[in-house]
Amino acid sequence: MSKKTPEIMHKQNTSARSKNFKEVALGYTEEQAINEANRCLKCKKPLCVEGCPVRVQIPEFIKLIEDRKYVEAAYKIKETNSLPAVCGRVCPQEDQCEKTCILSKKGDPIRIGYLERFAADELEKSGEKTEEIVPSKQGKVAVIGSGPAGLTCAVDLAKLGYPVKILEAFHDTGGVLRYGIPEFRLPKHIVKNEVEYIKKLGIEIELNCVVGATVSIEDLRNEGYRAFFIGVGAGTPRFMNIPGENLNGVYSANEFLTRVNLMKAYDFPNSATPIKRGNHVAVVGGGNVAMDSARSALRLGAEKVDIIYRRSRVEMPARIEEIENAEEEGIEFHLLTNPKRIIGNKDNWVTGIECYRMELGEPDDSGRRRPVVVHGSEFIIDLDTVIIAIGNDANPLLTNRIEGLELNKWGNIVADENGKTSVPGMYAGGDIVTGAATVIEAMGAGRNSANTIAKYLDGLSE
Amino acid sequence: MFTITNKEKLADKVYLFEVNAPRIAKKAEPGQFVIVRQAENSERIPLTIADFDRKNNSITLVVLETGYSTSQMAKLTTGNSFLDIAGPLGHPSEIPSGETVLMVAGGLGIAPVFPIARKLKNAGNKVISIIGARNKDLLFWQDRMGKVSDELLVATDDGSLGHKGFVTDLVVDKIKNKNIDRVFAIGPGVMMNAVARVVPEEIELTVSLNALMVDGTGMCGGCRVSVGGETKFTCVDGPEFNGHKVDFEEFLMRHKIYKNEEEHICKLGKDLS
Ligand SMILES: Cc1cc2nc3c(=O)[nH]c(=O)nc-3n(C[C@H](O)[C@H](O)[C@H](O)COP(=O)(O)OP(=O)(O)OC[C@H]3O[C@@H](n4cnc5c(N)ncnc54)[C@H](O)[C@@H]3O)c2cc1C
Ligand code: FES
Repeated sequence: MSKKTPEIMHKQNTSARSKNFKEVALGYTEEQAINEANRCLKCKKPLCVEGCPVRVQIPEFIKLIEDRKYVEAAYKIKETNSLPAVCGRVCPQEDQCEKTCILSKKGDPIRIGYLERFAADELEKSGEKTEEIVPSKQGKVAVIGSGPAGLTCAVDLAKLGYPVKILEAFHDTGGVLRYGIPEFRLPKHIVKNEVEYIKKLGIEIELNCVVGATVSIEDLRNEGYRAFFIGVGAGTPRFMNIPGENLNGVYSANEFLTRVNLMKAYDFPNSATPIKRGNHVAVVGGGNVAMDSARSALRLGAEKVDIIYRRSRVEMPARIEEIENAEEEGIEFHLLTNPKRIIGNKDNWVTGIECYRMELGEPDDSGRRRPVVVHGSEFIIDLDTVIIAIGNDANPLLTNRIEGLELNKWGNIVADENGKTSVPGMYAGGDIVTGAATVIEAMGAGRNSANTIAKYLDGLSE
Repeated sequence: MFTITNKEKLADKVYLFEVNAPRIAKKAEPGQFVIVRQAENSERIPLTIADFDRKNNSITLVVLETGYSTSQMAKLTTGNSFLDIAGPLGHPSEIPSGETVLMVAGGLGIAPVFPIARKLKNAGNKVISIIGARNKDLLFWQDRMGKVSDELLVATDDGSLGHKGFVTDLVVDKIKNKNIDRVFAIGPGVMMNAVARVVPEEIELTVSLNALMVDGTGMCGGCRVSVGGETKFTCVDGPEFNGHKVDFEEFLMRHKIYKNEEEHICKLGKDLS
């Protein structure tokens, strides 16, 4: 008889974890995984699969777990999703597969994400077999950016037989997986493994190559590249345009997280990149980026960390699990609150933030009720660090230097669902097309583009 | 890996590195910079491209030993290498023609000023250069600057070479006596600020800001400066800006964000691994 209630995910206890950068969620034990897999009804018409942007064969992989064929389960997932260890940890399953799972009607969907992670971790333990692929097809492809969109596109193209090279601006690969999402949510050894796997497939990676600055698309054409995939992410941080944003101690989330994750500032002075370790930190925003920044600040030693968000809790775009984790760790939420100005002292250091209280008015374009200022409601929070996590705009560094490339009014590349842009032979996907979205959507776009690029190249050589 | 093909000591605590960097050498223009990460645990720091040799695939970087990262770099020798160099970044300098241009370089600023002066001269401008430092041991490249300038003046705070006093004294003098169309000032923030105070609004003034940076590509905003009341990212909107409009007070204070951390890591004095 299978259990009715889902297996719970064990986590590091709150007092320990808010002082270290180790992974919070500890993963299922074998017994838990089998119990959870047992709960799955293996529906004939699985609704969960429809909720998955890349259509992972969910009942099939869960059946393999039930049969204790964990590595096979991971390979089953990998048929459609090349990064299960990542997606099992960071996908918003509650809005995707677990939302459409038939059992979610009763409030207890199968914990598909936890099972995905279990299978992927078992595969890592057993060591993944890879063989170098010798390109069999004509037409070199340049993949620009090594985030989830670029990595997926490159792997798929290599598997289809095309010679591929990844060009990455930073000194390390992975995009947001490396510099954005922190170690305690996505351990970096996972990203490292994926990149090792990609190298073993024979895909070349050139780091420190800022396409648009180090090389132009024209240069790459001259080097023999016949097709391009642009996966450069949602690159440039938005600020609020309020007084005091350039005070010392005010960070964009991008800068804060890049210093902590990519540059390992949490390990200063062993790592030479410094970061201000604030005592009282406020993070402005309500998405995953805000939660990650707040929880990182806490782990760097802050005594108090606040989240300032202009709408109410239900509108918060962050994953529910991460909001709950943040709350458990003692992060305080100032909801329906919006900054008016940031206050500093004579040496340009931030000392406080003045905020308005907000109330919800009429729905806006996004369908969410628009927050409006309550006049006369201003109040000040004393603090020494502010992190602004209100989103990113498209970085024009590359896109503005490509002649004929159509952009929308926000500067994002206009591409169809197959990644096709206005420039022949040029494809794009991930955050640079959609604006900040999710890992799985970026991967899906990378995969679709790989297939279209293959067709395009075959057309050229006919 | 970017191999150092030549290292020279140019002045007290000032070192030149010629580095093999084919892609960057091919693209570099005066006014641009690179981001360098020396070794696995190093910071990413911006360094101006002091010269480039497209034929030999090399770029020249000049480093002043001021803090932890630069003192680690100072220990490198010919044959060693930098782990990562990304660039060329930022906008190239705007080069007019047929103008009289005053180049003002303070200390290490001589390095970035040199290729700009050379390009100005080649574009048919009259180039008057003023280089200055605390004392003569901190000066370098007088010969190279001399070759690309119609007139070269030197100032040292202690009078050990040239005019005794600040570069600004000579700037004021030149502006009074010559028809200067445009001024470039590159050096320590305090010096650029001082030049901005003495150059009249009618004369175009370009300064190059050495803001703190991480990526150098516009993705972090750590390099932001206020110019004419607007926030700009030094790495992608600059590094050169209208010197009359830069909020130097803010710029100088933002430079001190990590002063305590810098002192701490310098005191530990450990070597990079
Ligand atoms: C802090 C944070 C937390 C997040 N949490 C989640 C989560 O829990 N779940 C989820 O699904 N999503 C999450 N996201 C969103 C998700 O990470 C992104 O949607 C996804 O990474 C987008 O992938 P991408 O490949 O389009 O771009 P990116 O991951 O941004 O990668 C782009 C890459 O291109 C490189 N690049 C940029 N310009 C150039 C150039 N000119 N030349 C060469 N290379 C260039 C960049 O350096 C980078 O490596 C989070 C994002 C952040 C920032
Ligand atoms: S250095 Fe990061 S935006 Fe300029």
